[in-house]
Amino acid sequence: MSELQNSLLELIRRTSAEIPDDVNQSIIASLEQEKKGTIAESALKIINQNIQLAKRKSQPICQDTGSILFYVDCPVGFDQILFEETAKEAVKLATKKGYLRQNSVDSLTGKNDGTNVGPGAPAFHFQQHRSPEVSVRLVLKGGGCENVGAQYSLPNEKLQANRDLDGCRKVILDAVLQAQGKGCGPGILGVCIGGDRATGYEMSKTQFLRLIPDRNPNPELDKLEQDILKTANELGIGPMGFGGKTTLLGVKICAANRLPASYFVSISYMCWAYRRQGVTLDADGKIGKWLY
Amino acid sequence: MIKLTFPFNEDKIRALKVGDEVLISGVVFTGRDAVHKYLHDGGQLPPEVKLRDGILYHCGPVVMKQDDGSWKATAAGPTTSIREEPYQAQIIKDFGIRGVIGKGGMGDKTLAACKEFGCVYLHAIGGAAQVLADCIKKVRNVYFYEKFGAPEAIWEFEVQDFPAVVTIDAHGNSLHKEVFAMSQAELAKRL
Repeated sequence: MSELQNSLLELIRRTSAEIPDDVNQSIIASLEQEKKGTIAESALKIINQNIQLAKRKSQPICQDTGSILFYVDCPVGFDQILFEETAKEAVKLATKKGYLRQNSVDSLTGKNDGTNVGPGAPAFHFQQHRSPEVSVRLVLKGGGCENVGAQYSLPNEKLQANRDLDGCRKVILDAVLQAQGKGCGPGILGVCIGGDRATGYEMSKTQFLRLIPDRNPNPELDKLEQDILKTANELGIGPMGFGGKTTLLGVKICAANRLPASYFVSISYMCWAYRRQGVTLDADGKIGKWLY
Repeated sequence: MIKLTFPFNEDKIRALKVGDEVLISGVVFTGRDAVHKYLHDGGQLPPEVKLRDGILYHCGPVVMKQDDGSWKATAAGPTTSIREEPYQAQIIKDFGIRGVIGKGGMGDKTLAACKEFGCVYLHAIGGAAQVLADCIKKVRNVYFYEKFGAPEAIWEFEVQDFPAVVTIDAHGNSLHKEVFAMSQAELAKRL
């Protein structure tokens, strides 16, 4: 096995079995806030216990090991084809070892060949930069939370949402209301204001690469993030939609240019089982440092 | 915490109410999207799959074959149940199911079937695949493995003290409806 394949296998294992520290801290903080003796508290206790157990046993945190999303930052001249081929082999091996569920189905025949490799799976997002460093970030995003993602086209008459930040606020909070119970809360929102239908969703997901406690450098977006987090947590939806104080752990919003005719707000929802890790790789493909 | 032990007869089920936390012990069968559609289309179950007075678990587990040929469930949390809403009421009626384990709740048709036929919806903690796999003491069998693939197959599990919350009871109550109405009202105040 090549060094690169070995590194990617370890990245997959760790992403599937270990919640990043920022998410873990956030869940522990919300457990302390919930009222004692409620089912919300029970739910968060089980979630917390599950995080520890998965790490100890090196087993998937959630059985839905999700869409496999690679985000690669690389220098000019980096062999992307070799990377993709190696990553696919690592995914197949990780599936055999049980780090990943047999989770990829042919949409036409309904067959699951058990490899997790097929058209569009796994997904790769490459970005070149001027630095010699190679970094690979991996997100495993389960189907329950993916299904509650939503894209709104403004204006939205039903929600009285116009083409401004207040309109964005209205549709984002509507998405939180509609997602309740289904997306395995407490959740994290990744949002893109603008873009087209495809880039809007794509950029909303890149927000999941941010750390939970970070703050948006754009003051307007920062204000909107904080407002939605606070408001969502006042709605009483709670963990798993059981009722309670913790509905969201974080809100991350970016903006992209749009056409004059379009105004999309694309909302991706991440469940509490927020599987995101990353590594830097040296020239041989060995892991340099862990990014989260 | 209420212990709910096989067989899950109607009296035990009707005694439960929304908000009760239960620990389930006994045999449960998994079944998700493919199984529900198959049964809806008139498909037959193998005789070993005895759903009467039983529990159906919406789950697509990770199950690994051991060196001795047996199976072990290594990750086994619930999947989102609402996708089975078009089929669930009929299946509760036809097969005499007493409990459905899943996540996210179900709709009015299932709510009505639970009331009429004596069934409850048991909400497990979504994503808690390890805690819940630990409660699976034995994988007794698997059906439709080749036909539907591992996540969609019917797995026969023996569980012990599997934690869940009653969120739809056999008296017409739904925690999901209550929380939705309450949170919708709270949101309206903040827009």
